[in-house]
Amino acid sequence: MSAGPAPGSSQPADAVAGSGGAAPPVFRVRDLRKVYEMGEVQVHALRGVDLEILAGEMLVLLGPSGSGKSTLLNILGGLDLPTSGSVEYGERRLDGADEALLTRFRREHVGFVFQFYNLIPSLTARENVALVTEIARYPMRPEEALTMVRLQDRLDHFPSQLSGGEQQRVAIARAIAKRPQVLLCDEPTGALDVETGIVVLEALERVNRELGTATVVITHNAAIADFADRVLSMANGELVGERRNETRRPLSEIHW
Amino acid sequence: MRALQRKLLRDLWAQRSQVLAIAAVVATGICLLFAARSTFGSLQHTQDEYYEQGRFADVFASIKRAPWWVAERAAELDGVAQAQARVVVAVNLDVADMEEPSRGLLISLPDRGEPVLNRVLLDSGRWVDPLRDDEAILSLKFAEAHGLEVGDHVVAVINGRRKRLEAVGIGQSPEYVYAISGGDLFPDPRRFGVLWMARRPLASAFDMEGGFNDLSLRLLPDVQPQGVIAELDRLLEPYGGLGAIPRSQQTSHWYLTNELTQLESTGYVVPLLFLTVAAFLLNVVLVRLVAAQREQIAALKALGYSNRAIGLHYVQWGLGVSALGAALGLLGGIWMSRSWLATYETYFSFPRLIHQMSWNDFAQAAGVSVVASMVGALGAVRAAVRLAPAEAMRPAPPATYRQTALERLAEWLQASVAWRIILRNLARRPVRSLLSVVGIAFAGATLVLGSSLVSSITELAAVLFDRMQRQDVMVTFNEPASSSSAFELTSLPGVRSMEPIRTVPARLRSGARSRQVGVLGMVADPRLWRVLDSERGAVAMPAEGLMLSSMLAEILGVRAGDRVEMEVLEGRRPVLGVDVASVVDDYVGASAYMEIEALRRLLGEQGTTSGAVLTIDPLAESELYAALKRTPRVAGVALRSATIENFETFLSDNIGSMMFANLLFAFVIAFGVIYNTARISLAERARELASLRVLGFRRSEISGILLGELGLLTAAGIPLGFGLGVLFVLWAVRAFETELYRIPYVFDTRTFVISAVAVVGSMVVSALVVRRRLHELDLVAVLKSRE
Ligand SMILES: Nc1ncnc2c1ncn2[C@@H]1O[C@H](COP(=O)(O)OP(=O)(O)O)[C@@H](O)[C@H]1O
Ligand SMILES: [Mg+2]
Repeated sequence: MSAGPAPGSSQPADAVAGSGGAAPPVFRVRDLRKVYEMGEVQVHALRGVDLEILAGEMLVLLGPSGSGKSTLLNILGGLDLPTSGSVEYGERRLDGADEALLTRFRREHVGFVFQFYNLIPSLTARENVALVTEIARYPMRPEEALTMVRLQDRLDHFPSQLSGGEQQRVAIARAIAKRPQVLLCDEPTGALDVETGIVVLEALERVNRELGTATVVITHNAAIADFADRVLSMANGELVGERRNETRRPLSEIHW
Repeated sequence: MRALQRKLLRDLWAQRSQVLAIAAVVATGICLLFAARSTFGSLQHTQDEYYEQGRFADVFASIKRAPWWVAERAAELDGVAQAQARVVVAVNLDVADMEEPSRGLLISLPDRGEPVLNRVLLDSGRWVDPLRDDEAILSLKFAEAHGLEVGDHVVAVINGRRKRLEAVGIGQSPEYVYAISGGDLFPDPRRFGVLWMARRPLASAFDMEGGFNDLSLRLLPDVQPQGVIAELDRLLEPYGGLGAIPRSQQTSHWYLTNELTQLESTGYVVPLLFLTVAAFLLNVVLVRLVAAQREQIAALKALGYSNRAIGLHYVQWGLGVSALGAALGLLGGIWMSRSWLATYETYFSFPRLIHQMSWNDFAQAAGVSVVASMVGALGAVRAAVRLAPAEAMRPAPPATYRQTALERLAEWLQASVAWRIILRNLARRPVRSLLSVVGIAFAGATLVLGSSLVSSITELAAVLFDRMQRQDVMVTFNEPASSSSAFELTSLPGVRSMEPIRTVPARLRSGARSRQVGVLGMVADPRLWRVLDSERGAVAMPAEGLMLSSMLAEILGVRAGDRVEMEVLEGRRPVLGVDVASVVDDYVGASAYMEIEALRRLLGEQGTTSGAVLTIDPLAESELYAALKRTPRVAGVALRSATIENFETFLSDNIGSMMFANLLFAFVIAFGVIYNTARISLAERARELASLRVLGFRRSEISGILLGELGLLTAAGIPLGFGLGVLFVLWAVRAFETELYRIPYVFDTRTFVISAVAVVGSMVVSALVVRRRLHELDLVAVLKSRE
């Protein structure tokens, strides 16, 4: 049932967080292109992206709306297929993979966090996490995952009984409960106010630190970028800038 | 996948009212399916067992009189396993609790042992003493109808003499499961009974010593009756054979089979219609559910749930609904088949009605409901599977609207914004709107069907008793008599008018097609027993030639002007050529008429009469009955009042519950369709309607939009329902047609009113429920949530 050996360290426990210059890449992306056909019109969402993502790294993807960030993230996470170019996850090629392989890949290796949380409204926080722990190979207990995002007291609340920030933290707990190699977050704070946004980012940072999960966070808020190891900028479907933070700034010092 | 299942249960609970509405439609279909299947199975099983145990014969023949050795010859015919010769005579019975005579059939029992064919199964009492002439076994239904028990007495008029018979036993025979006497529409156990007697005394009373007049054969396995019948007819012809018939034409068996066939076909057709509606509703609701759960589905896919798991999730939703429906339906079906069987027990005489609920029937019902839910879920599953996970992370694109013809109509009518919204919504989902209309029409049609059948049956009664058979009494002679016998009837007390009748048993043949009937000779312009054409009213007898009912003409494949061969089955048994003078489209089944004098001329006889119809003075009724009981020639007396009474009991026994069931079923469908349509419009429209509210529309205006949509769908469904209903009725009228009578189609505006009122009623109920939800709409919550 596995999509192949996970790249990098096989178990999160011995993953090393931080700058990780020696860490092997989790993803290797070459000349990635994505074209949407809209009837007569062609939309070039990605125009040749080259990228490596390292194990345990915290990466921020910046860029204006429509620049192709979500498209890139969706392809990395096996939600979508590129028009051309290659995506390697460890030894595994994701471009051209079939639906079954992509499903296994998502199930075993990636965690997603979305702007609008996408919780199942008819399930409690614990049950939303259980959705994942029931099908993953080396899951945590749902309670454990929810404790990591400091929601141990809200286990049996339904999404409608939680605030936006709390819902997003449930979503994070749900994403990490499978102990994924990568965590992909598409504007996780986009729908939240500053304070709440910081709490959510803290949760992400904690997971990244404690579990060594490579984490990609999309935002169009440049101020957030300082807490990452690396910041990539996109525009018009291309990577237009890369910046490495020698030291990650603690979230408590970040304002926006 | 426990969490996913929990989601399923909570989703089902959250939509419980819609789930229930659909489950009710499934339940109705399954209930009918199971009831019909189980009743069918039970009756068939009972019939098989009974026929086997009672050694029911395969071929039946009546003869005027044949010597005993002919029976042995018959037993030696190719393909015949056993033969049984009997003496069977029709007599009048005089029972203490009834003024008018009952019709009775005396059947001889063998001198030794029990009958080898058409056995009598004793319910109580004992076998008759073969030497006693005053003992008889009574048929159970007759005994019950008169409260007779072992040891009680019945008087039979045998050759004009009153013979007191002691009921030494009470029993039943597979030959008389449906004991109906010739010419009746329904079995009347009070007025028709079978009495089994010792052979010797019966034979000597009717001049049958050393002979017999009734022969039954049992064939070897896998032998077809036609060949044997031809041989047998040849053998019996010199002795006045009336033409042998196969089991399939034996009266009791014919009715039973007819009932079984009807059960079998309605057992599938009607439930299938219900399950189709259920599948449609499931489809609509589930497709909507998948649309609403777009983002949840995407999240599940992103979490690594496979298409199969997600597809299965929605299939299970459908299965959950149909499982609930099937469970309710099966409970209802068990109860319903019990009550149907109880009704059958009042009309059919079985020693032991085995209520059989086979696993097969359960499995079939369950299987059908599963298939219905699968079909219903299919569209939704496809939509869920096709949803690309990345696609679903984006909010759904706004619905595309187009200017349609409907809308240009609105423009032309200068309709308000509200009306435009309504029309646009309907036009946006034309298929679904159309299917909703068809669903509503279907409910309306069910009602038209139910109430029309009542009108039709009432009309049939009116035609039969007010316009066709206007006699009070019909008298049949035990054998053809002179015309003076008929005239003597006019001197009996209370008789006001009389019309003689001549019935000739004959086989009509045209090419390879043939049919055995009694050709009915009637006076040229009958006043009492008339022949009615469905369009022309009462018709006079043609001066020469046969007048055939359209059903018989169809059976024989002939038209007016054709010539048919008429093989007379009594007397000298001539084979004659006769012209078909006319075809009459009447309400009774396969019948042939002829002017009485023309018939007599054809047969070369003078004044021969088989019976007469009479009108009488009601005050002299008792006296007349007493006199008829004493008249030896009279074999049977049929009373109009008794027939009407029977008919009315039948109606009140069956029509009331049928109407109720019909109303219930139609309401289930109407409500199921309309309510679900309303709920889905509400769900789809919630944001839009909430926005309108924010813009300052009043609640009533908002409900107006939603309910206007429902109203339009209903308004379109009602007339379509009328049309569909008429088609249903025309179909049913054909399906219920038997060789005895045809049910007329009556255009009764009341049936349409009933249909429209019930459909509108369902709509109003749905509308009220939805309006309450609409008023409770939390504006802020709706607008805040992403759609
Ligand atoms: N399914 C799609 N069909 C057509 N165009 C799309 C689709 N998804 C994204 N696009 C287009 O691709 C471009 C990149 O979109 P996206 O990756 O969502 O940008 P971002 O997330 O950076 O805002 C945009 O121009 C968008 O309109
Ligand atoms: Mg985006």
